This record gives sequence, structure tokens and C-alpha cells, in this order.
Amino acid sequence: MTSEKRPSEACCTDPGRRSFVAAAGAAAAMMVAPGVFLYGAAGARPEDQPVTGKVRWGLLVDSTRCQEDCNACVSACEQENGWTYEAGSTTDPQWIRKLRVQNRATGHVVSMPMMCQHCEHPPCVDVCPTGASFRRADGIVLVDKHICIGCRYCMMACPYKARSFVHEEVHDQKYPRGKGTVESCTLCVHMVDRGDGTTACAEACDRDGHQAILFGDLNDPDSEISQRLKRYGGTQIRADLRLNTGVRYQGL
Amino acid sequence: MSTTRFISIDGNSPGYFVWLAALLLVVLLGLGAAYYMETEGHWVTGMSNQVVWGTPHVFAVFLIVAASGALNVASIASVFGKVEYKPLARMSGLLAIALLVGGLAVLVLDLGRADRLIVAMTYYNFKSIFAWNIFLYTGFMAIVAVYLWLMMERRMNRYTRPAGFAAFIWRIILTTGTGSIFGFLVARDAYDSALMAPMFVIMSFAYGLAIFILVMLAAYHWTGRPLGEAIVQRLKNLLGVFVASVLYFVIVYHLTNLYFTERHGVEAFLLLHGGVYTQVFWIGQILLGSLLPLALFYHPTLGSSRTVVAVGSALVVFGGLAQMYVFIIGGQAYPLSLFPDAQVSSSFFDGVVASYSPSLPEVLLGIGGVGIALAIVTFAIKVLEFLPASLADQDVGSA
Repeated sequence: MTSEKRPSEACCTDPGRRSFVAAAGAAAAMMVAPGVFLYGAAGARPEDQPVTGKVRWGLLVDSTRCQEDCNACVSACEQENGWTYEAGSTTDPQWIRKLRVQNRATGHVVSMPMMCQHCEHPPCVDVCPTGASFRRADGIVLVDKHICIGCRYCMMACPYKARSFVHEEVHDQKYPRGKGTVESCTLCVHMVDRGDGTTACAEACDRDGHQAILFGDLNDPDSEISQRLKRYGGTQIRADLRLNTGVRYQGL
Repeated sequence: MSTTRFISIDGNSPGYFVWLAALLLVVLLGLGAAYYMETEGHWVTGMSNQVVWGTPHVFAVFLIVAASGALNVASIASVFGKVEYKPLARMSGLLAIALLVGGLAVLVLDLGRADRLIVAMTYYNFKSIFAWNIFLYTGFMAIVAVYLWLMMERRMNRYTRPAGFAAFIWRIILTTGTGSIFGFLVARDAYDSALMAPMFVIMSFAYGLAIFILVMLAAYHWTGRPLGEAIVQRLKNLLGVFVASVLYFVIVYHLTNLYFTERHGVEAFLLLHGGVYTQVFWIGQILLGSLLPLALFYHPTLGSSRTVVAVGSALVVFGGLAQMYVFIIGGQAYPLSLFPDAQVSSSFFDGVVASYSPSLPEVLLGIGGVGIALAIVTFAIKVLEFLPASLADQDVGSA
């Protein structure tokens, strides 16, 4: 009885908040019980078990499949995570955006989504004075909205312009968000923890038949993302900074 | 040389109360602006997701940098043993604390969640230079407060030298920390340089001394206390050296960037076609803030006029604010370079110069910080003995 009761107790807390708490305990737990928790590449993480560094979640974006006029990934992210922006607003958040990249010499145009690159060495985490910006053991970079003081130093530090400051009151948020704090792509951490094996953007891209975004475990050599990277290669944006991003691109 | 007599000012004149009331009004307006920004959210400011640090940061960083520089006069006396600066040491320490309080107030009140200050005091990420700065700033205030007490308590006077030395070392580290806030930013072309730390140190020398001279001239003028030419001229000449040194660092900074092809974009933006930033740089920072004060200070006849010294010092302050504006806001307005060989565009303003214009609340908050600093000084010199009764040449000691 008691063992059955535990998961339901855990589920009553806000999933976003729970993931933050889990992340905080992750490092310690990993030291206590290394190698105890084994689960499939995209399987659900049991709620009473910590995040481990055995996996490294990431995305592979194939820009040759990304359609310039398609905004499905952005809309899906808005819907899934409960943020919205008005075209032309300089203060509205944008967790993910479509980039149009035109080579100056050749005129070649590439389209791609840009979001938090979930770096292994994230500058935003380095500079955050309170530790509100943090990286989970599984590679997901997040902001703890309860510790963020809204200094925006992480936004100064991020080379990808991946972060947004919440400039006004937010209502009916799905996951912790708040005026005066910084936010960005969470790699749909709630879906990852649930074991969905995908993110809202990747799902939407598949649904529209483009299949330009692939979610997976970069640490698992047999995962599709690793296999595709091995076969076709992949680029990191601003690779010169050596941040080892979790989001990789093809076709640049 | 006679022992310097320190006497608090009477502070009973209508002029004193009008001045103090005016400062308190400025402070209240600043607090009101901060409250407005905090409750409405930052959309009411000129800041955005492109320019995340705005006018409040221009004032805050300027005041914090100036704070450490204001302590220089005391350091020259106790660390470098120049007795003629000794009578000014108390005011130097007071001004340092006051400017730091003013700057920090602006910085804290601009936070998205200023109400979470306690979080900033209890959660630390020690890889962050920001976190270090929290200790450097509070430590600076504590050390300078002790230093002031040792100077003011006759029985403790013999300890002023080690305390002055500690304060001097601390202030160098502090300004290194402030410069490194920008120096450690690898993402942006305008920052990301070890030069920031020493450049901020030398900037602090200039800003701090300029404010010190202005405060000293005003205090002695308004109280009618004697102020000799020697001390004014000495400080003025020193300020000239500092202004020239800042100019040297600015030239080296831009020359280095001009040498690196990858930074030609940001240099062209700041120096040639950056619109308001280019104008503020050439007219505000270089012409009015550096070259004109240098010309005034070292002019064979004008340089000896006290009014000209005051105007020159005010220009250095103006130039410092201009420098901060170009550096902090211009540095962010220039877009991040995601693909160096491509033109990038998006709904999030990638690849375009960000627009920013200061909003009234931001300006009020920034000026409010200046008001806090000056109000502290105005009040402190009335209740404690900071000002020497006379700074006449014969009372200041031989050079």
C-alpha cells in the first residue's frame, strides 16, 4: 500500500517544480548509487528516482528538411509551454524562433529553429549569481524561477539569444513562469521526464511531415540521433566557443 | 604644519535644507520609478529582450566604478604617504561609501525581482563574478567604514595606514570584479576582453576624482570655508593624468578590435555608423568627456581658474556617463554573431541593431541613485566631522 502511494504523492506537486528539486538532488544521488538506475533511452524516469548523467538529451535539426514558411515548432512550443508573443514585440518572450540564414557570398538560404542549445558548459549557468540557471545531469539547462532574481546576466552571457525576460504579468501559466524572471526552452523537460521520448517542437515537425527535428540521447551510441550524427555528421552553432551544445544541426 | 581640525558643518541654513529637500525629492522620484517598474513589469521601460541592461545600469555601473575611485584621495594619503592629501581622506572615504550605496541601490531596484534580494544574499554560485561582487561591494563598505573610524578616532589613528592599505587593495579587486562582469562575457563582440578589468580601474580613478573635486568645491564654496589653490590645482593635474590614461585604454581597446577582422563589424558600428552610439562616443565620450577637459586643465591661463576646474570635472563625469552608455547599451545593441558569414533574420530581431531609448522611469531611477549618494554626503558632513575647517594652503601642509 505504502509503496503504491508514493508516486501519487509525488505527482501532486507541480511537475516543473518537481524537476527542479530532482535536479538539485541529482548530483548527490548519483554519487550514492551510481549505476543503479537503468532505463531505456527515451523511457520514463520513475518519479522517485533522480536524473542521471548516463543520458544526455539533445536535438538534431536537419535544416535541409526545415521549411522556411513553416512555424509549426514555434506554435507547438507556445501551446505546450504556455507562452506567447506578438509579432514585432521587443519584450515578449520567444523560447524558440525560426532563423533565416542567408550566406553572404553565395546567397544560399537556410531555415532552422533556434532555441536554448543546452550546452555542456553553459555560459548562462556560469554567470548566474544565485545558481538559478542550472544544468541537469541529463544535459537539460533550466532556470529555477524561484531563485531567479531577474538580473538578466544570463541573457548577456548567452551566445544564442536563447533567453527571454518576462516583462509583464503572466496568467494561466502551465509551468512555473513569472514576471521579472528569465526563461527559455526547457527541452520540454516535463515530457522528457514523463517518458514521451520527444519534445513539442519535434512532435509538431513530424506531424507536419518535415521530420526536421529529432530528439534523443546523445550518450547512447545506438540511439537514432547518435546514429544519424555518426553517419551524416552534425554542426554546433558557435562551435568555436567549445560549449558542446546539446542541439546539433545538419545542412548548414 | 598644524594639525587639521575637522568640524561638522552647521547645516542650519535655508540653503542646506533646500538642497537636502531637493535631493530627497530626487530619491523619492527614483524610488517611485522603481516601484512602478517593479509592479508593472519591465515592459514600461526602454529595455527589451535585446537590450536587457539599460539606463539604470549606465548609472549603477558608473556610480559603483566612481565609488572605488573616490577612495583614491585617501589611498594617496595613507598608502603612498602624501601628507597634503591627509585632510581630504575622510571625505574621500565618505564619498566612496555614498557612491557605492547609490549605485547598488539602482542595480538592486532594477532587478526583475528586487523583492528577492534575500535570495541573492543566501544562494551563491561562486563561478559567477556577480556573486563575488556581492561580497566585494559589502566588504568594501565594511572596510572603508572601519578605515573611517580609525581616522576619526584619535586613539586609533596609528592603525589608519594598514587599514588604508587594505582598503586600497580591496578597491582594486572590486573594480577588477566590476570590469570583469563585462570582460567575462564571451558571447558579445564588444566585451569579452581582459582589458576590461584594468580599464575599469583607471576609469574609476578618473570618475571618482572628478566627483570628489566637484563635491569638495561645492562644500567649501557653500560653507564659505577656506580652500587653497594648491590643493585644487594638485587634484586637477592628477585628474588630467587619469583622463589621459582612460583615453589610452580606450585607444588600445579599439585598436585591438580593429586588428581582429572578426570584430570589424562591432567597431564599424561603434565608431562609424552606429547612429546615436557613434555620436555619444565621439562627441560625448571623446570630445566633451576627454579632450575638452584635458585642454581646460592644462591650458596655461584657464587651467588655474577654479570655475574651469569645476567645469572640466563636470565634463569628466558627463564623459564617464557617455562612455558607460556607449559601452553598456551600444555593446548590446550590436547583434550577436551566430553565423559570421551570413545575414541572419528572425522574429526575435536576430541580425539587426536593437533599438533602445531610455524611458523616464529608468532615468529617474538612475538619477535617484545619484541623489542617494549626495544625500548621504550632505547629511553625514552635518552629523560627523568629515570636513576640515580649512583647506587653505598653509593649513594643508607642504607639498
